Amino acid sequence: MATIDIHSQTATPHHDDHAHEHDHHHGNFWTNYIFSEDHKVIAKQFLITGMAWALIGGTLSVLFRLQLGFPDADLSWLKPVLGGWLTPEGKIDPEFFLALVTMHGTIMVFFVLTAGLSGTFSNFLIPLQIGARDMASGFMNMLSYWFFFLSSVIMFISLFISTGPASGGWVIYPPLSALPQAMQGSGLGMTLWLVAMAIFIASSLLGSINYISTVINMRTQGMSFTKLPLTIWAFFFTAIIGILSFPVLFAAALLLIFDRSFGTSFYLSDIYIGGEALPNQGGSPILFQHLFWFLGHPEVYIVLLPALGITSEIIATNSRKPIFGYKAMVGSMLFIAILSFVVWAHHMFVTGMNPFLGSIFTLLTLIIAVPSAVKIFNYVTTLWKGNIRFTSAMLFSIGLVSFFLTGGITGIFLGNSAIDIQLHDTYFVVAHFHLVMGSASFFGMVAGVYHWFPKMFGRMMDERLGYIHFWLTFVGVYMVFFPMHYIGIAGFPRRYYSWTDFQVFEGFADLNMLVSTAAIFTLCAQFIFLFNFIYSVFRGKVAPANPWGSTTLEWTTPRNPGHGNWPGEIPAVYRWPYDYSKPGAKEDFIPQHIPYSETPESNLPHENELIKLELNNGSINIEGKEGKDDKH
Amino acid sequence: MEKTTTGEFRIVEEPGKPLAMEPRKFSMWLFIGSVFMLFAALTSAYIVREAEGNWVYFEMPGVFTISTVIILVSSITMQWAYWSAKKDNLENIKILVAVTAVLGFAFLILQWQGWVELVASKIYFVGNPSGSFLYVLTGVHAIHIISAIVFLLIVLVAAYRYKVHSKNMVSMEMCTTYWHFLGGLWLYLFVFLLLYR
Repeated sequence: MATIDIHSQTATPHHDDHAHEHDHHHGNFWTNYIFSEDHKVIAKQFLITGMAWALIGGTLSVLFRLQLGFPDADLSWLKPVLGGWLTPEGKIDPEFFLALVTMHGTIMVFFVLTAGLSGTFSNFLIPLQIGARDMASGFMNMLSYWFFFLSSVIMFISLFISTGPASGGWVIYPPLSALPQAMQGSGLGMTLWLVAMAIFIASSLLGSINYISTVINMRTQGMSFTKLPLTIWAFFFTAIIGILSFPVLFAAALLLIFDRSFGTSFYLSDIYIGGEALPNQGGSPILFQHLFWFLGHPEVYIVLLPALGITSEIIATNSRKPIFGYKAMVGSMLFIAILSFVVWAHHMFVTGMNPFLGSIFTLLTLIIAVPSAVKIFNYVTTLWKGNIRFTSAMLFSIGLVSFFLTGGITGIFLGNSAIDIQLHDTYFVVAHFHLVMGSASFFGMVAGVYHWFPKMFGRMMDERLGYIHFWLTFVGVYMVFFPMHYIGIAGFPRRYYSWTDFQVFEGFADLNMLVSTAAIFTLCAQFIFLFNFIYSVFRGKVAPANPWGSTTLEWTTPRNPGHGNWPGEIPAVYRWPYDYSKPGAKEDFIPQHIPYSETPESNLPHENELIKLELNNGSINIEGKEGKDDKH
Repeated sequence: MEKTTTGEFRIVEEPGKPLAMEPRKFSMWLFIGSVFMLFAALTSAYIVREAEGNWVYFEMPGVFTISTVIILVSSITMQWAYWSAKKDNLENIKILVAVTAVLGFAFLILQWQGWVELVASKIYFVGNPSGSFLYVLTGVHAIHIISAIVFLLIVLVAAYRYKVHSKNMVSMEMCTTYWHFLGGLWLYLFVFLLLYR
C-alpha cells in the first residue's frame, strides 16, 4: 500500500501541464518528422499526401477525358505507362475507363478533399487558433495519419494489380460491386478498395474525435464559443458530421464484405449470370444505396464546410472588414450540418421511390439553398466596400464563392424529383457537383495553403505565380464544367465509355473536345502551384510574424513555432476574431489577445462596460485575487 | 491579468474560463456516439429490409435471455467497482473489475451458444437476410464487448498496481461508461430483435 499515489495526481485537466516541456523536447529524426505527435507536423504530412493524391486523381481524369474528347485518337504513346490497359488499336480499354472514373472519384472525394483538406487544416489550425499546445491526444492524431497512410498505400497498390482497381463507380453500388464475377474490377480491386476504405474510416473517426475533443476542451482562457474563428466552427461541424456518418458507411461496407466474401444476401437477390441463377435470395440493392447515401450526402459537407470556414477567414482578413453576420455564418453552417442528414434520398429519386417520399426529400433538399444563400450573401457583404487586398489566397477564396454559387444553383434543379428524372446520372450532375463541391472545396484548400503557408513553413509563396495559377485554374475549371451542363441537359449519361455510337450526341463532339482540352490545360496549371510550393518551402521569402495583419492567435506564435506552439504562456483571448478596421483603432486590425483595456480609443460603449463589469465582479472568476478585490 | 491605465484606475480584465472537460473522457463519449451510429445504421437497415418482404421468421435463441441477465449483472458489478474506487476501497476494485471481466466473458460464451442454437435450428449466416442480420448484429456487438474486456483487463492491471483510486478515476470512469453503454446497447438490440421479427 505504500505505493499508492493518491496525492500525486489531480483530476482536473490543465492544458498548461506540459508547458515546461516544450524547451527540452528534442527527439530524433523519426520522432520529429515521421512518427511525430505534433499537430503541425501531422498537418503537413496530411497536406503532402493529399497533394500527391490530387496529382494522381487529376492525372486519371485527364486519361478518361482523352477518351471522351478524342475518341479516335491513337494513344499508343501512352503504352509505357498504361501497358495492357490500351487496346491494340491504341484506345483505352473500356473496363479500364470505368476503373479510371471510379478511382478518380474515390481519390478526390476521400483522399484529397476529406483527408487532405480536413486532415491538413483541422490539425494545423485547431490548436493554433484556439490557443492549445497540441491536440487532445497526440497519439491518436498520429495514429489517424498513419491509418490514412496505410489506407493510401492499399488504394495505391490496387491501381497496379492485373485485374485493375475497383470499377463500379465511387458509389460502389451492388450487385456490380458485390459479385466478383461481374467485371474485372469487382475482383481483387474491389476487395482492396473496401479494405482501404475501412482503414480510412478508422483514420477519419480518430481524427474527428480528436478535433471535437480539442475544440471543446482545450480552448485558452477567454476563448468562448462566440470568440472562435469561423474556421474552427467549420472544422468542428465537419468533425461532428464525420462521427455521425462514417460509421454508417462502415456498416454498409461491412454488409457488402459479407455479401462478397461469405455468401450472405444482404444486397443480392434473383441474379442470373450466364443463364445460371445465383443462390442469393432476399437481398435488396436499394438498401445499400440508402446506407451509402446516408454517409454520401453528409460527406459532401464534410468536404465543403472546411473550405467555407477557410474562406470566411481569408475574405474577412483581406477585406480588412469584420465578417458580415458572424452568428448567421455559424447558424447556417449548423443548419447545413443538420440538413445534410435528412436529404440523402435525393440521390435515389429514380430507384422507384414513392413519389410522396420524393417530394418530401425535394422540399428538404431545397431548404439547403437557404443557409447556403445566407453564406454567399455574407461573403459578398463582407467584400462590399472593404479595403480588398487581392492576395493569392483571397483570389482563390473569391473563386470559391463563385463556384459555390454557380454549382449551387444547378443543385436546385437536381434536388427536384421531377426534373431529376431527365437529369439523373447525366453530365449535368457531373457539372453540378464538380463546381459546388469539387472545385469549390479544392479552391478553399488551395486558398488555405497560400494563406497559412507562412505559418506552416516560415516562408512566403510567390504571389505572381499565385496569380497566374489562380487565373489559369479559374478559367480552366469553368471551361471544363460549364459546357458539361449542355451535354447533360441533352441527356448524355455519365460514366459512359463512348458516346460516338449515339447519333443524337454527335453534335457535342466539339464541346467534349473543348472540355478535354481545358482539363489538360487546368491540370498543367497545377504544376505552377507545385513548383511554387516546393520552391517556396526552401527558397521563399522569409515570412514576417504576421504577414496578412490577421487577428487570430496563430500569428502570435514565433515564425517557426516549436512543439507546444507558444514559447511562453498561451495568450488569453479578450475579443472576437474579426476586429478589422475598427473605428478609432490605431491599426486596421486588433488581434484577439489584446484586452479592451489597452484599446480605449476604439472600444464601443458595451465593450467599455465589459471592463468595468469585470472590475466589479473580479472575485467571481479570478482565483486568489480576493485581496485585490477588497481594495475596490 | 492586471492592466494599469492613466494611474487613477486599476483595471482588471479577466478572460472568462472556457468550459472544459477531461478530453479523454470526452473522446470516449464521442467514440460511443460513433458506435451508436454504427448500430443505428445496422438496425435501420434491418427495418428497411424487413419492410420489403421475403423475410424468414424464426424463434430467437432462448439463451439470449440468460446473456441479457448476465450483462445486466455485470453492469451492476462494474458500477460497484466504480464506487469502490471512489471510496478508495482498493481491494474491492480488484475483485469487482475481475468479476465484471469474467461476466463479460461468460456473456460472450452465451452469445456463442446462441449461435450454436441458431445453427441447430437451421438458421445460418448465409441464407435469408433475417438470419444474417441476427449474426451480424450479435457479432459486431460481441467484437465491441471484446474490446471492452480488454479495457477492463487494462484497468485491472492498473488496479493491481494501486493506480485506480479516488484521485485517479479517468480510466475507471471511461471503462464504466463504455461498459454500461455496451450493456445498454445489448438491451436495445435484444428488445429490438424481439419487436422486429
